[in-house]
Amino acid sequence: MATANQEGTTTVQLVLAWGFVGIPLVLGVLQTLINAMKLFQ
Amino acid sequence: MSLLSFFDRSNTIAKPGFSRWMVPPAALCVHLCIGQAYAYSVFNLPMTKLIGITQSAPGDWKLTELGWIFSIAIFFLGVSSAVFGRWVEEGGPRRAMFTAALCWAGGFFISAVGVYAHTLWLIYLGYGVLGGIALGIGYISPVSTLIKWFPDRPGMATGMAIMGFGGGAFIASPLSVWLMGKFTTATHIGVAETFIVLGIVYFFFMIVGSIIVRVPAPGWKPEGYVAPAQAQKLITKNDVFVYDALKTPQFWLIWWVLCLNVTAGIGVLGQASAMSQEMFPGHITPIAAAGFVGLMSLFNMGGRFFWASTSDYIGRRNTYFVFMVLGFVLYCLVPYTGSVGSVAGFVCAFLIIISMYGGGFSTVPAYLKDMYGTRYVGAIHGLLLTAWSMAGIFGPVIVNYLREYNITHGVPKAQAYNNTMYIMAGLLVIGFICNYLVKAVDARYHMKPNDPRAHDALGNPAAARA
Repeated sequence: MATANQEGTTTVQLVLAWGFVGIPLVLGVLQTLINAMKLFQ
Repeated sequence: MSLLSFFDRSNTIAKPGFSRWMVPPAALCVHLCIGQAYAYSVFNLPMTKLIGITQSAPGDWKLTELGWIFSIAIFFLGVSSAVFGRWVEEGGPRRAMFTAALCWAGGFFISAVGVYAHTLWLIYLGYGVLGGIALGIGYISPVSTLIKWFPDRPGMATGMAIMGFGGGAFIASPLSVWLMGKFTTATHIGVAETFIVLGIVYFFFMIVGSIIVRVPAPGWKPEGYVAPAQAQKLITKNDVFVYDALKTPQFWLIWWVLCLNVTAGIGVLGQASAMSQEMFPGHITPIAAAGFVGLMSLFNMGGRFFWASTSDYIGRRNTYFVFMVLGFVLYCLVPYTGSVGSVAGFVCAFLIIISMYGGGFSTVPAYLKDMYGTRYVGAIHGLLLTAWSMAGIFGPVIVNYLREYNITHGVPKAQAYNNTMYIMAGLLVIGFICNYLVKAVDARYHMKPNDPRAHDALGNPAAARA
């Protein structure tokens, strides 16, 4: 268990932190990629 | 612990067990939000019809008036990153991120009032001045923290954050269009409501980043990391005081390297759609050109991560040599692709060029760290960003005015950009020379232990800091 002098980062915290920024970014990139495909149509 | 002391640097020092991989998402929380600036243009057309609704009416704002909002914001980005750099560095990333969140959200709220009241100067003040200050402080806030957490991969670490700045537009653009659609009625355009929602969302995101962020404890090193025993010629182990960096020729050489690299990229980035259609009439339609611009944005973002990460292996100076040499070759090839009608060649050339434009931004913090150490790298980076502001003027001016000059002198539209490409290539030759002249910083600029000039944000000597 983490004490006052320790701050162990759990895998869940890492997943949440990366998901928090990663999911909107991936959605935005996919949307842009779909639009970009119009170059090849 | 009081609320204000929560933002102190001393309260952000990581305790044992904290994973350094929590810091890049914290940085991305800020950079993804302020990266919205690249998508600001989605508001331009709706804001020209706030009175007329379906079309511009007398009293509606003109595009030329609205264009100043972005220009003011970028100007204040450069000014604030230069002015507040030392404060950001000494006060710590949490305080800087929180301040950036307040300014960024505040800028949107003031702009919303400006839209409601149809008062343009309020938007200049809100998004332009306050938002620009948020851009400057937010942009540099996580840089030195990331470099300290990732001494083994400083390029990759800062590349991740600065990639977020390039990627922010991918989120902001569709979100803004969707929100405006939701708030727009037959008698009203929902720009103000969109600004308010964006302000709230961005404030929340940036606050999360400021809560997550930590600085490493003094002397912390990644597990298993051993600093190179032998000193490397272009990587210092010493620190240089922020304002002493300005006295070194290296600062100004790198300033010009960044300025020239960005000038070459920013000029074509803004004109990519028109340029592709005019160079390949009948082959690239307006819809295809929009797709091309989207693809360029993706390479701009991806290049920030790719090139900065690559610089960890091949060195910062060599990375810029690649930008200058490869950029030179590609700019010289662009007119040829136009003359032989090679759309694929044209697209490939520009995608690589734009990836190096992004790479120039993301590699420079690690370059500065190599030259000046980690102590004031964020503040020095802030000073260097004035090169960006300068390039923001040079690049579009060169492209636009040369095109106009060529067309008025009878050059066909398809060939109107040829001279511009050769000038861009020439700029990269100058950049190559500047980069070649970068040598290690003279030892007389290195900070001595307990240097009296080094203070934290409260005015305490840095040596007394926890």
